[in-house]
Amino acid sequence: MAYAAVRGGRKAIQEANRLLDYYRLKGGSVPIEVRQIRDQMRLAVDQVMGEGSLYDPDLAALALKQAEGDTLEAAFLLRAFRSTVPRNQYSLAVDTSRMRVIRRISAAFKDVPGGQFLGPTRDYTQRLLRFELMEETEERAREFLKKYVEGDEWKELEAQGTLDFPKMIDWLRAKGLLENPDAAEGQREPGPIDDITRRSIRFPASRSMRMQALARGETGALLAFAYSVARGYGAIHPTLGELRVGYVPVLVPHPLHSGEVVTIGEVLVTEAEVVARMRERTDRLQAKFSLGYGLCFGHNEIKAIAMAALDRAMVSENPQAPAEDEEFVLYHIDGIESSGFVAHWKLPHYVDFQAEMIRVRSIQRQRGPRA
Amino acid sequence: MNGVYNYAFIDENTKREVRRSLLKAVAIPGYQVPFGSRELPIARGWGTGGLQITLAIVGPSDIVKVIDQGDDDSVNACNLRELIHDTTGVTTTTDTRRATLIQTRHRIPEEKLTDRQILVLQVPYPEPLRWVEPSERETRRMHAERDYSKLWVFLYEDIVRWGEITLSHRYPVMVNGRYVMDPTPIPRFDVPKLHRAETLFLFGAGREKRIYAIPPHTDVVPLQFEDYEFRVEDFDGRVCARCGQGGTYLTEVFDRETGEVSYYCSDTSYCLKRQKRNLGQSVEIGGSWYA
Repeated sequence: MAYAAVRGGRKAIQEANRLLDYYRLKGGSVPIEVRQIRDQMRLAVDQVMGEGSLYDPDLAALALKQAEGDTLEAAFLLRAFRSTVPRNQYSLAVDTSRMRVIRRISAAFKDVPGGQFLGPTRDYTQRLLRFELMEETEERAREFLKKYVEGDEWKELEAQGTLDFPKMIDWLRAKGLLENPDAAEGQREPGPIDDITRRSIRFPASRSMRMQALARGETGALLAFAYSVARGYGAIHPTLGELRVGYVPVLVPHPLHSGEVVTIGEVLVTEAEVVARMRERTDRLQAKFSLGYGLCFGHNEIKAIAMAALDRAMVSENPQAPAEDEEFVLYHIDGIESSGFVAHWKLPHYVDFQAEMIRVRSIQRQRGPRA
Repeated sequence: MNGVYNYAFIDENTKREVRRSLLKAVAIPGYQVPFGSRELPIARGWGTGGLQITLAIVGPSDIVKVIDQGDDDSVNACNLRELIHDTTGVTTTTDTRRATLIQTRHRIPEEKLTDRQILVLQVPYPEPLRWVEPSERETRRMHAERDYSKLWVFLYEDIVRWGEITLSHRYPVMVNGRYVMDPTPIPRFDVPKLHRAETLFLFGAGREKRIYAIPPHTDVVPLQFEDYEFRVEDFDGRVCARCGQGGTYLTEVFDRETGEVSYYCSDTSYCLKRQKRNLGQSVEIGGSWYA
């Protein structure tokens, strides 16, 4: 296979690649195991799976290792990998009421039906550095696990079996407090969903397009936009109706027998439902709440809540603030796209900058250089 | 060839989808066809649109050339060429005349392309109306209604304000008398090469998810006024300091030590051929676009 020799660039790339490995390994410590990242960098793995839009904790951990912990770069690696595999099936819409919950809280109701269930949360920890983790040994880790799993609380929990948490939103809806602006759309015949990984977004975007774009969005970008609506660039004052983290089964239609479904596994997701009061409208007599919805892969509460707030904010018919404008939001939250574009400024721009200089000089000739 | 991945990296269904979008783009010159742009192992904004087109159409017998800023040897060009080679095993070249498929960023080669070649351009901004309208929904309506008045006003105001049209390298063109198109990466210098060319030009914008095309022998006319005609970059009769050639697109290089400014051909492959010919070696150089 003839491969024409090139002059300098190729060698430079090879050397830069080698340097990357050198910088990753130069400390001389034992190479970190992918499994360690998967188990102990749990939240980074989850963020990467969400933004990379591929649910595979092992590959996400591998990507994190390769990217030296850069979550955006790791998500990019996952996304690129997706392009090499065909899409064979679309799963059915997940029924989150069947979630195997590990955490469930409501900020709207103290006595939410089913109760508050804190689960693994850092919300109430004092943010003090735990210096003992500097010297955490394998032995101590095993000892902790053994004690914890054999403890009484654990047994009590096991005895309870799967906890049943009714959806708070269903309760609000049943009480007639919730307006459902998408009711008409919801009643539509279930057709093929708009898949933004296969078709580019069109505006006005369908709800499935919005949800997908937000679910793949970069956590930090979603956070910033959602924050902006709540602190003045927008008029949404969301209340977190319910936040759940847990495992949901993934079902696909049976490949051969129509009408039958097959469970192909389960995924960990975070779901957020925010409620915010509709703006008073002249054509409506009743004041009601409306819903914003967020769902993302893994355990990522900030992302799910921000997603729900943005979903609600984008309902605005006459967007005033940037985060109320769906084009503005959906075109700018994808971390892979925005980081790639910003990074491209590192590429040479000799030709176009030359054209720019010629244009500037030409204008200066026309108008004379001004101090 | 890297055997881990599919031929040309992307899965077969996706390549077929890109080819279908290309057929539509060729059938409607200058029209931006939306497509489900995929992530590739290079960053969005580094030429993924062009690369998806190249990977979708490259056949085992193709000979591929990759240019970045006119240069075959810049790191990004090397990287793309390597990726195409690694995932397909196709032959690559730096010789414009030998190549059957050329992927480029920001330049059309100085040697005239033929009807046996395809030029794939990497596009950062596909939308020519973005200068005057930020909303995609609105620009799509404007294209549909052939409503380009805002753009004409923009150009007119530019002349009033600056004495000339200040756009340097995203100069809007009217394609086949119907769609205004952004030939975006190329400088003005290369715009006339698009007009009634023998070559098929394919444009891919990965991040913006649009594909468009100029088929051979298609009218491509820069937007201009009767009293303010379109003009390409003027190098004031300067010639390349390496090959002595004038009439090519030059880029300035500033010597930090001597303070001198030198001009070199941005098309390095063409420049090397000229240098070889100056040394008395026999080289085949393609025709001129302006002959």
